[in-house]
Amino acid sequence: MSYQPVKFYQTGTFTVGNRLLAPVERSVQQSERRSNSINSGHRACQGCGEALGARYAIDAAMAASNGQLIAANATGCLEVFSTPYPESSWQVPWIHSLFGNTPAVATGIAAAMKVKGRKEVRVVAQGGDGGTADIGFGCLSGMFERNDDVLYICYDNQGYMNTGVQRSSATPPAARTATTMPVGPEPGNVFGQGKNLPEIAMAHGIPYVATATVADLRDLEYKVKRAMNVHGARYLHIFVPCPLGWGSQSNDTIRLARLAKETGLFPVFEARHGEVTGVLKIRRKQAVEEYLKPQRRFAHLFGNDPHTEVIARIQAIADRNIRKYNLLDEEG
Amino acid sequence: MRKPFAITLIPGSSLANLTGTWRTSRPVYLDRLPPCNNACPAGENIQGWLFHAESGDYEAAWRELVKDNPLPAVMGRVCYHPCESSCNRKQIDAPVGINSVERFLGDEAIKRGWQFDAPAAATGKRVLVVGAGPSGLSAAYHLARMGHTVEIHEAGPFAGGMMRFGIPKYRLPREVLDAEVQRIVNLGVTIRLNSKVDNILDTMKQGHFDATFLAVGAHIGKRTNIHAGAAAKIVDAVSVLRSMEGEEKPMLGRRVVVYGGGNTAIDVARTAKRLGASEAIIVYRRTREKMPAHDLEVEEALQEGIMIKWLSTIKRVDDEGKLTVEKMELDDKGMPQPTGEFETLESDSLVLALGQDVDLSLLEGVPGLEVNDGTVQVSPNMMTGYPGIFAGGDMVPSERTVTVAVGHGKKAARHIDAWLRGAVYQPAAKHELADFKNLNTWYYSDAPKTVRPMLDVIRRQSSFDEVQGGLDETNALFEARRCLSCGNCFECDNCYGVCPDNAVIKLGAGKRYEFNYDYCKGCGICVTECPSGSIKMVPEDI
Amino acid sequence: MLKQIEGSLAVAEAVALCRPEVICAYPISPQTHIVEGLGKMVKAGKLAPCEFINVESEFAAMSVAIGASAAGARAYTATASQGLLFMAEAVYNAAGLGLPIVMTIANRAIGAPINIWNDHSDALSQRDSGWIQLFAETNQEALDLHIQAFRLAEELSMPVMVCMDGFILTHAYERVDMPTQQQVDAYLPPFDPRQVLDPKEPVSIGAMVGPEAFMEVRYLEHARQLQALERIPQLAVQFKEIFGRASGGLTQTYCADDAETMIVAMGSVLGTIKDTIDEMRAEGHKIGVLGITSYRPFPLAQVREALIHAKRFVVLEKSLAVGMGGILATDVRMALSGAGLHGYTVVAGLGGRAITKKSLHQLFRHAVKDELEPITFLDLDWNVVNKQLERERQNRHSGPIAENILHDLGVVSAKFG
Repeated sequence: MSYQPVKFYQTGTFTVGNRLLAPVERSVQQSERRSNSINSGHRACQGCGEALGARYAIDAAMAASNGQLIAANATGCLEVFSTPYPESSWQVPWIHSLFGNTPAVATGIAAAMKVKGRKEVRVVAQGGDGGTADIGFGCLSGMFERNDDVLYICYDNQGYMNTGVQRSSATPPAARTATTMPVGPEPGNVFGQGKNLPEIAMAHGIPYVATATVADLRDLEYKVKRAMNVHGARYLHIFVPCPLGWGSQSNDTIRLARLAKETGLFPVFEARHGEVTGVLKIRRKQAVEEYLKPQRRFAHLFGNDPHTEVIARIQAIADRNIRKYNLLDEEG
Repeated sequence: MRKPFAITLIPGSSLANLTGTWRTSRPVYLDRLPPCNNACPAGENIQGWLFHAESGDYEAAWRELVKDNPLPAVMGRVCYHPCESSCNRKQIDAPVGINSVERFLGDEAIKRGWQFDAPAAATGKRVLVVGAGPSGLSAAYHLARMGHTVEIHEAGPFAGGMMRFGIPKYRLPREVLDAEVQRIVNLGVTIRLNSKVDNILDTMKQGHFDATFLAVGAHIGKRTNIHAGAAAKIVDAVSVLRSMEGEEKPMLGRRVVVYGGGNTAIDVARTAKRLGASEAIIVYRRTREKMPAHDLEVEEALQEGIMIKWLSTIKRVDDEGKLTVEKMELDDKGMPQPTGEFETLESDSLVLALGQDVDLSLLEGVPGLEVNDGTVQVSPNMMTGYPGIFAGGDMVPSERTVTVAVGHGKKAARHIDAWLRGAVYQPAAKHELADFKNLNTWYYSDAPKTVRPMLDVIRRQSSFDEVQGGLDETNALFEARRCLSCGNCFECDNCYGVCPDNAVIKLGAGKRYEFNYDYCKGCGICVTECPSGSIKMVPEDI
Repeated sequence: MLKQIEGSLAVAEAVALCRPEVICAYPISPQTHIVEGLGKMVKAGKLAPCEFINVESEFAAMSVAIGASAAGARAYTATASQGLLFMAEAVYNAAGLGLPIVMTIANRAIGAPINIWNDHSDALSQRDSGWIQLFAETNQEALDLHIQAFRLAEELSMPVMVCMDGFILTHAYERVDMPTQQQVDAYLPPFDPRQVLDPKEPVSIGAMVGPEAFMEVRYLEHARQLQALERIPQLAVQFKEIFGRASGGLTQTYCADDAETMIVAMGSVLGTIKDTIDEMRAEGHKIGVLGITSYRPFPLAQVREALIHAKRFVVLEKSLAVGMGGILATDVRMALSGAGLHGYTVVAGLGGRAITKKSLHQLFRHAVKDELEPITFLDLDWNVVNKQLERERQNRHSGPIAENILHDLGVVSAKFG
């Protein structure tokens, strides 16, 4: 079963906190005692989804591990904005080695903890979509295949943002990046390419795979907690909008993540040993235009001469996700 | 640990980097005025008391409520709840059932025997309140809480005014009214019944009153020009409703025609039906859309078998009670115009429900006091032209509802209090309105309105049992929790959670939050994701 | 305890005596037997506690070692050739983070053309990575150097490569004196990391360092290697005290005292050189040998001291800086800058080409008469090379070089005819 929203306490579990919930039912993020794994003063852009997603996830992992956590981090925005000498934002033991080796570094840490008999210490690895789907993919697959005791978290902002917004294998079709410019007969990123990392992770048959967004905190925290309660290789793919790379307003970060889920473009689900065991249903279904329009990377699809056929193809992707993952409730 | 230079850093040391300098605009917390509060004629802080009710702290909710209105059980029955009409939630599903929660709280208070907080220290000032109706009771209550000695002089045999003599039992059971009046008495307010004030200045002088609040209700039914036979049975609606409170019930007969289109017309027709009339017909000169009576009441009346003849005026009544009715049509301006078409209608009695007047005889000879069109003229601070004499309720030009009257009482009390201290009461500036567009409704649970139980129609036609039931606790809690808390922080922790820079400081339960502008980069996510619209961005001075 | 044992297994046993806690293995010839041997010991429970991890690449192998070492575990891996290049980014990273990982390099040529045989191109490609690089002459020295390497690495918090010639040493069965666990434990204390990932005392390891501090970080790395120059001889002395034999150190000399001609080399070829020299000494030639054990840090002073009294030196190296010449030779010449000796570079044994005593005799006899070219390619088949060069002069599209050469050699004439 997936995360079960509390149906009705004014805001239920939609908001970060809810004074009407029993303390045990409350989120990690509402607590004044949350670990703030990434401290203030980090240099992420205004409205950074990754900074938020990382704090959500690592705070939850800290809560689940009773503070006994070590994090490995791939090169990328998260690393650069959090640890430029002489200041670090991390409040957990943390290491950055390289762009493409984070899952292996984490394996090494987990092995060290095991050999030292420190069972209580848990290991997370984290990286962006480039570090995960592209350059770090070999190490990721190896870590999965060996079922090493690591929770790998991918913060997916759909491109190489740190280097100036280039395409990754997680960049969606039609999106403008610095290497998929909106020119020529097929403007933006092409259709039919790209990796579905969560499904590839599932194909490894690892104990736990889940997706989440920064718009559904409670679901995200539930999944981190769930993942932390399992040993072996686990994969969590978190959708984190990037105002810089997407050309969106800094205040729209969560809204866009919500729209990605509500349109069906980003299915939110969890899987155990390769089988989908739960999905977060769409609550207020939206057309993909609602998601695409606020982002300048899709601006070439709109305007005076909108590319309706391209938008229709994107809608078809959303519709296929909805069918495939059964994202709509029966009653609609 | 021997940390290697530069490659290994001290945890959390980024606090040295004050990212607040990046900001071009800053978020600020604010309270906006919820539309319910804005619409409430009694000035209730509805969002405020719902906040407590949401957590199941009904006593705190009730205490918040009675800061403005001492009659919640009454209000929860008779108020036409303009709050609900303006409730932002209606744009999501249906308005919050504010009125039903208010009634629940009022009933709960009676059940639990909650009393008002003790008054402030005695001021030694004496205030006379004329009339124990909603406006008089409200003023007396507020003045008493402020520490003044209050005496109500009521002409009738019971307190309650038009709440007792104008509103039928099936809408307001008398034990409810009595309980709420008694609680005001318990606060220390003296009510002198059967004590008609004939001359206000004399009464003030005799009682050594420092100020007076006039709150005489509109008890006198208006007449109209109908040709009537000498034997025709014509009565006015107020008299009918008042006589319901006495020993002898009015004899209206089998076929009762009510003339008028206000709430009183509906009340009296429904009363006639309950007294055994087989036909109760309302004759009204305009259409349903133009009818002043509240639609809910019209609907209930129609359910109970009341008939309404629209676009009709009564021209004459003969001795056998045969009515001649002229058909009307609406002109461009929506005013009824005669058509010259007539029909007849049999009746045993005709009840006139054409509005009421106030008996202003007690004010004769008061210097400076101005009466115009049957009402007392007051300045914005509710004072008449005679210093120290204030007026409200039906006596002053305004909509005549219990809720408006209660609001007048509160407002007058504040001005009287200030006047007694030689000061001027300055109401706090109103916050900007909490518009629906300020809300982020994603965060509110899907929760359709709870419908209050209704008495079976057959019993409604034959008894004076209360038509509208109350919510049980579960339902009341549910309904309270439907409140969106428009424009007012309800501590959902969203801002605290969604800030990518941890720049929101949570101050603890009931203390809300603060921004840490040292680190806030001004991204505005907190504003967008605030469910209740309690944060806004303002430009930085750069 | 004396043992007749394969070099790889000797190293495996020595590494096991060092109580490694995390071993990462990825197969590449000729280092496979080492990790196979360790894997067997871990699997059998003879080496415990230890995590033996079969990774998916050399890049992962070094990365796992990085993670393990940063978390305070003694980490070990082995590789060679392409494998070393594939992990190169992580090799630099381990040094930059100052993680005391020990890695065996079973030295092997780098492709293309792919070649599994011995030369030193692989290790020397990483000479600037920040790792300490120690070269073993014999299997005994290889196993001894591993024990010293862990101690050196952990004392200085920097990684150490122990280089042993692929096949020549790794696959050679020789008698070795295998130390006891008590001896190793007496020499090598438990790992006390300089920095460690631990929830008890969180730190952020691996910061981004900009122009304001990067040079200092690099200099400190350099300074630590200079400290190693002092520490390596001391550790060799202590090693001798416990194990009773001389092993390690920065350099070693043979017949050097009165030598007018000094041969400089690294690794197993020193044995062949010494045999040749013995024979030449018997004939009266004043010739000696300088073996370099510590290639990084490079012992400039010791090299100068060893060579300064000679008239000439010959650097015989199993590596080639394409387009330039010698690699080791460049460093040796640097050590002797301004000294006025005749210096000769000899590139030999690339891709496993046998270095025979016969060829060395010929070479050294030219050397003592100063008849050597500044750079010599030992036993290069000029006939083949010249033919190809001629073809290329005539036709820019002369076809694949390797196949043309094989054709010229007649090796695959039937296939490629």
